Amino acid sequence: MSDDKGRDGQMIRMRQIRKVYSTGRVEVEALRGIDLDIPRNEYVAIVGPSGSGKSTLMNIIGCLDTPSSGEYVLSGETVGGLDRNRLAEIRNRHIGFVFQNFNLLPYASALENVELPLLFAGVSARERRERAAAMLEKVELQDRMEHKPTELSGGQMQRVAIARALVNEPAIILADEPTGNLDSGSGKGIVGLFGDLHANGQTIVMITHDSAVAKLARRVVQIRDGQITEDRTVAA
Amino acid sequence: MTSLAFIRQMLQDVRHQKMRTLLTLFGITWGTVSVSLLVSFGEALEKRIRKNQAGLGDGIVIAWPARTSIPWQGLGKGRPIKVNEEDIDALRREIPNAVFSGEYSESTKAFRRERVRLTPEISANNPVFAVMRNIIPAAGGRYVNDLDVDRRRRVVFLGDKLKTDLFGEQDAVGKTVMIDNIPFLVIGVMEAKAQDSSYSGRDKDKAFIPGATFQGLFSERYVSNFVFQAKTMADVPAVTRQVYEVLARRKNFDPADKEAIGMWDTTEGEKFFRTFFGVFRAFLAIIGSFTLMVGGIGVSNIMYVVVEERTREIGVKLAVGAKPGFILRQFLAETLTLTAVGGLIGFAITLGVMAVFPASLDEYVGTPEASPVVLLTTTLLLGLIGGVAGYFPARRASLLDPVVALKLS
Repeated sequence: MSDDKGRDGQMIRMRQIRKVYSTGRVEVEALRGIDLDIPRNEYVAIVGPSGSGKSTLMNIIGCLDTPSSGEYVLSGETVGGLDRNRLAEIRNRHIGFVFQNFNLLPYASALENVELPLLFAGVSARERRERAAAMLEKVELQDRMEHKPTELSGGQMQRVAIARALVNEPAIILADEPTGNLDSGSGKGIVGLFGDLHANGQTIVMITHDSAVAKLARRVVQIRDGQITEDRTVAA
Repeated sequence: MTSLAFIRQMLQDVRHQKMRTLLTLFGITWGTVSVSLLVSFGEALEKRIRKNQAGLGDGIVIAWPARTSIPWQGLGKGRPIKVNEEDIDALRREIPNAVFSGEYSESTKAFRRERVRLTPEISANNPVFAVMRNIIPAAGGRYVNDLDVDRRRRVVFLGDKLKTDLFGEQDAVGKTVMIDNIPFLVIGVMEAKAQDSSYSGRDKDKAFIPGATFQGLFSERYVSNFVFQAKTMADVPAVTRQVYEVLARRKNFDPADKEAIGMWDTTEGEKFFRTFFGVFRAFLAIIGSFTLMVGGIGVSNIMYVVVEERTREIGVKLAVGAKPGFILRQFLAETLTLTAVGGLIGFAITLGVMAVFPASLDEYVGTPEASPVVLLTTTLLLGLIGGVAGYFPARRASLLDPVVALKLS
């Protein structure tokens, strides 16, 4: 299981994070010195227009990508100079991803999709099944366990994805436009689910351009041109 | 990561690629049929030819006493050399790692059985002759034995064709044949055998009697020729040299005089034969391998497409914590399983072809069979090709950047 906190009590601690993409001769600086601390049980929305660098920031927070420079400590573990295997382990143990387009395996049942992170964590088959089933119950899909993603509605698919994100008890849930592909009704349900998770102590980082969704977070971080332009905490 | 889950996931993946899986299987199946059939045909042909060659004998040397060609110790050249049973005994004594039999040949004696009269080739020799020359008695009979020789019994062993000429379809063993009006008891008939070379007619046309009987009845002092067989093929040159030495000493000729005793070393042919078939088999295996390799390239191509198509899935797996090694193993195992299944189907087809292979062709090209060599060659090639074909697409999959794979940026 993951450490709850870093040394200074932060779940995420970023100092002067830079990310430079070079496409041929042109160098694009996607992130230009990000300083960001996210404590445990925070509910943060990262907002910004497209091209602002928020996706790049999300990739780095999620350990899908590594910064060009700067320091990133996730749950007490310095991410930087780690190889692909270590990054995979960190993603597996500390991060629960929720994507805009759900990213479920199309041929696997809801239960099998939720089991996936446990499979890579080396959990036994029986325990995988039990934990995945319990998690699907938590998102109120106990009667959809054997359904394939194509047999589920968008809201249901996203709830399967959330169950998958939660199943390995990650340090943070990292959600990328989680309501982007949903109708407003389903979107509200998902946002409500995030609220419940937060109320139960889950740290959540959500990337969104939907200001209505962002308003529900406790804290909103605004990104523009690769820099944080605004960081405000909303009263609960 | 339990292996059971691994297999389950793989089966799941394969199930969703049915058409591809079928096409992939076809290439491998075809390649497997090619390799296993070609190799087994090559083996069968070699065995057939070896069997035909063995009709004359297994690594034997046939020696004909002739005339000297080099003057020796005051004696001129052109002297005839004659070898008798005592000389053969001397060879036996002095060269323990070989067996010898003198042979008297004669084809002027009249055979009579009821109304049939023939003058077949008679070969009079010792029991060991049958062993050297692969003469095997058919059930119900036997070859000349030591007792026959000791007692100079009037017994005859018939070649299968000669037996039919004399007796038709009737049983011959226990019956009597007149040879030069002397009654001989038939003790055995030769099991039909293939024989592709000879020096005085095929064994199937001959009558075999004890050497001592021939000597006694027909007052022959000298053998027409003698046959010997060294314990191993490697001993043949040394044994041959010793034969010259022993006989040169006893008969007073130059041991270097190869013409005094003419020899036919049938193992010379064997050496050529072995080289030829080594090359021939390699040639067939290479042709088969190329076919299988084409199948392998097909597999590799399809797996590249599969990886391309499943990029997002790979991205998802990487995002939730699959290590690159897992992705590599998953695709490699998938390719290897496909290859194995394709190979098994191919092998089943090969077995089918072998089962319906016409027996009438056996005499010419032999009968292909699933020998250990065929199995081993095919399995090794399949494993190698499956591994290579699977490795490169699998490696590409494992090296995917999760960000790109998820099309996040």
